[in-house]
Amino acid sequence: MIFECNVPVNFDNNERIRLGHGGGGRLTNNLIEKVFKPIFSNEYLDKLHDGAVISLPSSKIAFSTDSYVISPIFFPGGDIGKLSVTGTINDLAMCGARPMFLSLSLIIEEGFEIPSLVKILNSIKEVSQKLGVNIVTGDTKVVNKGKGDKIYINTTGIGVIEHNLDISPQNVRVGDTIVLSGDIGRHGASIMALREGIELETTLESDCQELWTAVSSLIDEGIEIHCLRDLTRGGLVSALNEIAKTSNLGIFVEESEIPVIEEVRAICEILGLDPLYVANEGRFVAFVPDNYAQRTVEIISNVMGTTARVIGKVTEDNRGKVIMKSLIGSTRLLDMVSGEQLPRIC
Amino acid sequence: MCLGVPGRVVEINYDTNPLMGKVDFGGVRREVCLEYVPDVKIGDYVIVHVGFAISKLDEEEAESVFRYLDEMNKISEQLGE
Amino acid sequence: MKYIDEYRNSEIAKRYIDEIWRVCKGNWMIMEVCGGQTHTIIRFNIDEVLPKNISFVHGPGCPVCVTPLEILDKAIEIASMPNVIFCSFGDMLRVPGSKKDLFAVKEEGGDVRIVYSPLDALKIAIKNPDKEVVFFGIGFETTAPANAMAVYQAKRMGIKNFSMLVSHVLVPPVIEAVLKSPQNRINGFLAAGHVCTVMGYKDYEEIAKKYKVPIVVTGFEPLDILQGVLMVVKQLEEGRYEVENQYTRSVRKEGNIEAQKIIDEVFEITDRTWRGMGVIPLSGYKIRENYREYDAEFRFSLVTKYVEEPKDCISGLVLQGIKKPYECPAFGNKCTPDHPLGAPMVSSEGACAAYYNYKLNRVEG
Repeated sequence: MIFECNVPVNFDNNERIRLGHGGGGRLTNNLIEKVFKPIFSNEYLDKLHDGAVISLPSSKIAFSTDSYVISPIFFPGGDIGKLSVTGTINDLAMCGARPMFLSLSLIIEEGFEIPSLVKILNSIKEVSQKLGVNIVTGDTKVVNKGKGDKIYINTTGIGVIEHNLDISPQNVRVGDTIVLSGDIGRHGASIMALREGIELETTLESDCQELWTAVSSLIDEGIEIHCLRDLTRGGLVSALNEIAKTSNLGIFVEESEIPVIEEVRAICEILGLDPLYVANEGRFVAFVPDNYAQRTVEIISNVMGTTARVIGKVTEDNRGKVIMKSLIGSTRLLDMVSGEQLPRIC
Repeated sequence: MCLGVPGRVVEINYDTNPLMGKVDFGGVRREVCLEYVPDVKIGDYVIVHVGFAISKLDEEEAESVFRYLDEMNKISEQLGE
Repeated sequence: MKYIDEYRNSEIAKRYIDEIWRVCKGNWMIMEVCGGQTHTIIRFNIDEVLPKNISFVHGPGCPVCVTPLEILDKAIEIASMPNVIFCSFGDMLRVPGSKKDLFAVKEEGGDVRIVYSPLDALKIAIKNPDKEVVFFGIGFETTAPANAMAVYQAKRMGIKNFSMLVSHVLVPPVIEAVLKSPQNRINGFLAAGHVCTVMGYKDYEEIAKKYKVPIVVTGFEPLDILQGVLMVVKQLEEGRYEVENQYTRSVRKEGNIEAQKIIDEVFEITDRTWRGMGVIPLSGYKIRENYREYDAEFRFSLVTKYVEEPKDCISGLVLQGIKKPYECPAFGNKCTPDHPLGAPMVSSEGACAAYYNYKLNRVEG
């Protein structure tokens, strides 16, 4: 994959990460000075202290961590850097928390190209900067070649809760409407299409994006949000099942209301995948009382530029389960599947 | 077996052996072997299974699923059912 | 998507469903042979909307479910060898062999790759001349033209590092085997639309006449299945037993002659073991002698080791429609999609997995 990037002057395009870069000595300092500092300089990192000392405007905070091991590390619509920021920010957003601070830990395989590292770090900077999120502390380790898959990233985030809503599965109520923020399956389908041995030609990109802007708009407009859940691996079905089980209520959705764009459908038809189970990285479901449903759809569609839709509701019966009305009017249990969906011929 | 997806032929590479071409499925394209539909033309629809076109889709017959019920109703009316 | 969405139209589906309700008076057991059709029936829960006196039996039309343990074990043995790139359709990766599955081989460091087409495996062989590339050639007659072409091209191009482990099975012999069984209660068949696209449906006329069962060649979308069911039920109600073609947009009576030519060039018919059902004579393909260097069984001089299935697995009875999955004592406890005992619990359209995953009430079906 060929790309342009601004490599700091003192590294050339052929340079690679060496074991010494993680050793804590001169090479590490070199890396910090020449690569990290130019990209991430801020009042916290510039102190070069062991930990970041921060002040928070509220004592009600959300705290979340996630590790990112995706392969390929560069994909249409994003890279592992962008994902490592949006992923954790979105987890905070699902708690109704405004993301403020992130830690950034890298585990890099010896021999990883520095231009690739710079590109990833720039992605991280771009996404976090857009939301005013500061990377305040970090760590870099280097492992022997063969002991890591190019680069692994962990981000841990702190967000503040500046409202009185209690956004959690425990707060889901019978009769709540379920709003889906947009069409599903873009991330998983676009990555599957790329795989060696599959190689479908498509302009489809991952939906990887931050969700806080949409969530904060809902909060600002006074929507009584009961619960939020972002869709990731396992797709829409996993997210709904998690809520159904945790809240011990039933979920009923209509297949005809679930938006799937044509390219995702095509990739899924060709490979025998079900879009309902395909991974997403920039979609969520919101559980709101019925009288807020229409406004919720409008706000999300406006902010995200997607087609948000009411897809179903929370029910008293079928507790812990997700039931779907199919296109031809029959009903079907949507259960979690074990493991990743694989392409099939049969 | 099963997974056969209809797509539109957008490219035919006549100098390949076996005959290869490109098929468009709702905006997604793939290289497909057309050896088993040798008289296919650009714009035709084919059914594709594991990268091979196994038949040319008969666009007239494709309507039969929708005509069938109407035909049944006509017959029933004639029989006075 | 054109030629797919139209066949999922809910209004026309309702009209077909109403018509089936109107026409159906007797109790009929219908078997759909193809795993893809099972998938549609389960995914759209078609049996829920049909009259209760129609019951579906999900037949042995899933190559994943019927690939014998011995072949799976051979695949795993080859895939575990150093210097081998083992290519397969995704379906086979989680099917349990006697000790593990191909996924486990991949996790343990074996070079196991999922491909979409057998030609992709051939490409991999050309790109990696110092490796042995083996393709797992499973499937029914639908996939045979593709697999045959890969072998045919490999020989034509003189590729020396490519071979295929073949486990092809044929539909007409297994339909006969089902009908011959003294426990058989099937009244009518939905024949596999893509198998017939390749092979035509002349072979079924003899079967229909001999056993007096209607056979309707059917497609894979909900409207196809519904029309196919209506056509079978009409025949049953009228006492007819003919072969009819529902999937006319793809299937011609003589099938695809070009495809049959290449199949015949590379493969010959042989006896095959069907997992859970035993040997069915003349029910499979093997690579012909003049293409033997491309046959992985010979290239790797593997010894066939016959292993017994787990005693609790009654997959053979399920595949023939003699027992329902929930009548198996291991169903849902010892045997689940997370730890399957047999193939019908692994494949998403294996009858057991389908029942487990999709039905509201896991016992009632």
